[in-house]
Amino acid sequence: MSTVRDERALSTQPVPEGGGGGGRHDGSVTLPSLGPVGWLRYAWRQLTSMRTALFLLLLLAVAAIPGSTFPQRSIDAARTTQWITDHPTAGPLLDRLGFFEVYAAPWFAAIYLLLFVSLIGCVAPRSRIHWHQVRSTPPRAPRRLERLPAHQEVTVDGTPDEVRDRMRARLRGRRYRVHAHDDSTLSAEKGYLKESGNLVFHLSLIAVLVGVAWGHLLGWKGDVILPVGQTFANTLSRYDTFSPGPWVDPTDLEPYTIRLDRMDVQFETQDKGRGQFGMPRDFRAFTTLTDASGHSEPREIAVNHPLETGGGTVFLLGNGYAPHITVRDAEGTVIYSDATPFLPQDNNYTSVGAVKVPGAQPDGLGFAGFFLPTGVIDEQRGPHSIFPGPADPQLALTAFEGTLFPDGAPQSVYTLNTSAMTPLPGKDGEGQLRILLRPGQTFDLPDGRGSITFDGVERFAGLSVRTDPGKTLTLVASLLALAGLILSLVVRRRRVFVRVRPAPEDGRTVVSVGGLAKDDDEGMDDEIAAVLTAPEGSR
Amino acid sequence: MTDYTLAQLSNYSVYSAMVVLTLAMLAYALYLARIAPERSERTAEVRERELVPAGAGAEKSASGLDAPPPGPGAGAGESPGVRAAGVDVPEPLGARKAGGVGRTLTMLGTLLVVAGVVLRALEVHRWPLGNMYEFALVGAMFTLVLFTAWSARRDLRWLGLFVVGPVLLVLGAAITVWYTDASELMPSLRSYWLAIHVTVATMTVAVFTIGASLGILYLIQDRLETSGSPRAAFMRRLPSARGLERLTYAAHVVAFPMWSFTLIAGAIWARQAWGSYWNWDPKEVWTFVIWVVYAAYLHARATTGWKRQNATWIALAGFVCVLMNFAVVNMYFVGQHSYSGL
Ligand code: HEM
Repeated sequence: MSTVRDERALSTQPVPEGGGGGGRHDGSVTLPSLGPVGWLRYAWRQLTSMRTALFLLLLLAVAAIPGSTFPQRSIDAARTTQWITDHPTAGPLLDRLGFFEVYAAPWFAAIYLLLFVSLIGCVAPRSRIHWHQVRSTPPRAPRRLERLPAHQEVTVDGTPDEVRDRMRARLRGRRYRVHAHDDSTLSAEKGYLKESGNLVFHLSLIAVLVGVAWGHLLGWKGDVILPVGQTFANTLSRYDTFSPGPWVDPTDLEPYTIRLDRMDVQFETQDKGRGQFGMPRDFRAFTTLTDASGHSEPREIAVNHPLETGGGTVFLLGNGYAPHITVRDAEGTVIYSDATPFLPQDNNYTSVGAVKVPGAQPDGLGFAGFFLPTGVIDEQRGPHSIFPGPADPQLALTAFEGTLFPDGAPQSVYTLNTSAMTPLPGKDGEGQLRILLRPGQTFDLPDGRGSITFDGVERFAGLSVRTDPGKTLTLVASLLALAGLILSLVVRRRRVFVRVRPAPEDGRTVVSVGGLAKDDDEGMDDEIAAVLTAPEGSR
Repeated sequence: MTDYTLAQLSNYSVYSAMVVLTLAMLAYALYLARIAPERSERTAEVRERELVPAGAGAEKSASGLDAPPPGPGAGAGESPGVRAAGVDVPEPLGARKAGGVGRTLTMLGTLLVVAGVVLRALEVHRWPLGNMYEFALVGAMFTLVLFTAWSARRDLRWLGLFVVGPVLLVLGAAITVWYTDASELMPSLRSYWLAIHVTVATMTVAVFTIGASLGILYLIQDRLETSGSPRAAFMRRLPSARGLERLTYAAHVVAFPMWSFTLIAGAIWARQAWGSYWNWDPKEVWTFVIWVVYAAYLHARATTGWKRQNATWIALAGFVCVLMNFAVVNMYFVGQHSYSGL
């Protein structure tokens, strides 16, 4: 009796699920006489049961969603701050609950860590069992084959021994592992790869997670804005922003330099469709890479074509304009002269930036405002650009005087901290001084403060250098998981049992074949028919 | 220039496909209406239904099985009587005609949609998967091609209405709401990974769509079978609940590894284009959510004590996420995948 039940399930479950499963064990386990160890074991079984895994999976899906509906700090800090300001009640509360950093939130981590604990607790014993099953022989045939889900019985020519040998050959031909526990039966099984695939799939998921964690701990990324003609050296101080993983030593970077020789940028100029005019078409940076040994060679970086340096991969993630600006004092001595990157704010590259001249006399000078590749200044929208290419470049600035770095704290190079500065007054002392410059033009600052010149405009490349030592493991593990998954879904695990007995007529044999598959397997009846009728050795 | 003509031709092709598919849908509807068995057969079916429990019981005692009965839905559904009602009675002539017309028109519609896609690709000189209109168009194409190919292997006339209908809906939305003029691509989309990742994703959505149609039919059929209430005539012609459940599962078994591949290919491409293989961009989040939900479906189906019906509900939830991912995430969520062209 019990054999049949076990056979039916063709179970790969290591432990009978307490409290769950078919419900047959319900009640008997939950009685209060368990004791601490018993409770622990009970809790462990619950955690490693498939129903818990299922629940955690669904929970993981639900928990991931807020990260797509709310702005995330790690992706767009400005938008996050804006959202919180716009929602004074919900904002701070959601912030405390981690809704703006969902994927770093403790509750999110709790879900996937529990899931993976459950996974390990489930897969480890299953692997052990599978290991034994693969090396052991198929189980003994049940006494009554007609009780199996698929069964056929026919009478054929030949003695029982001959028929049995014939059946064995056929089963082998169909790639069954065949074993005879006694003289009148055969036990055959195939499809072990189903379970192997399943285990590889689940184990690989763990490896994926390890790869991700490894990359997080040992990877780093740094961003730098590099105007054409300038050189970037891979050292910590040269990066505009640098975010190392917890185990990274940021002083130990591979020394190499990248010079940006030229930048190629193309935008859509034929208005071919709704909203297509001015859309980006191609970005390409032509650089010279010089490695630690001093060897130089030209290398190209484009979107979708990063540059591998050996000490990080360099991606071209942005571009913009760096107007070359020169500031002179009253005597005409140059006190500032640089290609100054302005950050694009919209698709037409209306860009903002600042010029800081702490060496000016008598007080520090600062300029802030817009660079417009194709500028239009209207009353309503203020200065803005109407095309991303440099068709009519303009600089629209306001000027300030005073202390540039009031508290000595570091500040963004693209904005001016005007808390300790006063705006220079406009003509006739009215309002604020507005400076509008086209390339080659110079503006004389009032009251002998010198002058500012817009010499011309260069492009800059927004480069991002990144390393992720875990990515290979993650990729390999993902592909393994995929392979395992396909195996586990495609392969069918089947058991076939054969029993022979002499027929009443002489020289004839009754052969009874029963089959049993994991899950419901439509093809089992056909399989048995094939085993009974196929010629020897064929499949 | 000639390019303009190609785009026009592509649109005409899609419009004519929609007309043809509407007719195909009507033909399939007619097919379902006509396959209602004649009155005498209907009484036969009632008799059969009454016989089912007895038959099932007899079968069980004959084999002497006292193992616990499989969970409801896990196999109890299919008894010989029900299956016979679905298959053995010959089809009325009207139904056969309507079904044949439906099949032919669907094939024609499929060809027209394929033509629409090819013309569009020729027009833009690139893989036609750069904006929402093109995703929808190509998704519809894959759904039709898949259905047509599958129909060649087995009789799926009963499913026609439930595939062609949704496809028409998508084509209609595509050409009215999501229509975008043919144009080139932004730099981050210029990669052969576009062809790989987005093509497989779109194909997978096609399989998921057929899977969802099957899942809904299964749930309806199952409810009708278990409640024993009189079924609309055509539902008796569909496969049994158990058969429908198997088909639902089969569709998802194909789709899930494909979606896994989509996820992996997307990550590889993301590293190429954005510098990091995973950025929790809204589109990535939803791709992941969809993957997890469908994993939960397969998991639920293998979990002892979980009903097939409930598992199927999870699959349908997965499809809701697929729809979200396409219609809502593309248009309303801010992220690096803002390519919708709207
Ligand atoms: C990281 C989370 C997990 C994912 C994404 C996942 C996904 C899947 C998928 C897609 C399947 C179907 C493949 C097949 O039928 O062979 C499956 C099967 C299975 N999973 Fe998981 N799983 C996860 C965690 C777990 C955990 C924690 C357990 C143990 C409690 C578990 C136990 C099983 C078992 C036993 C099967 C095979 C069912 C059968 O065919 O008999 N899984 N899983």
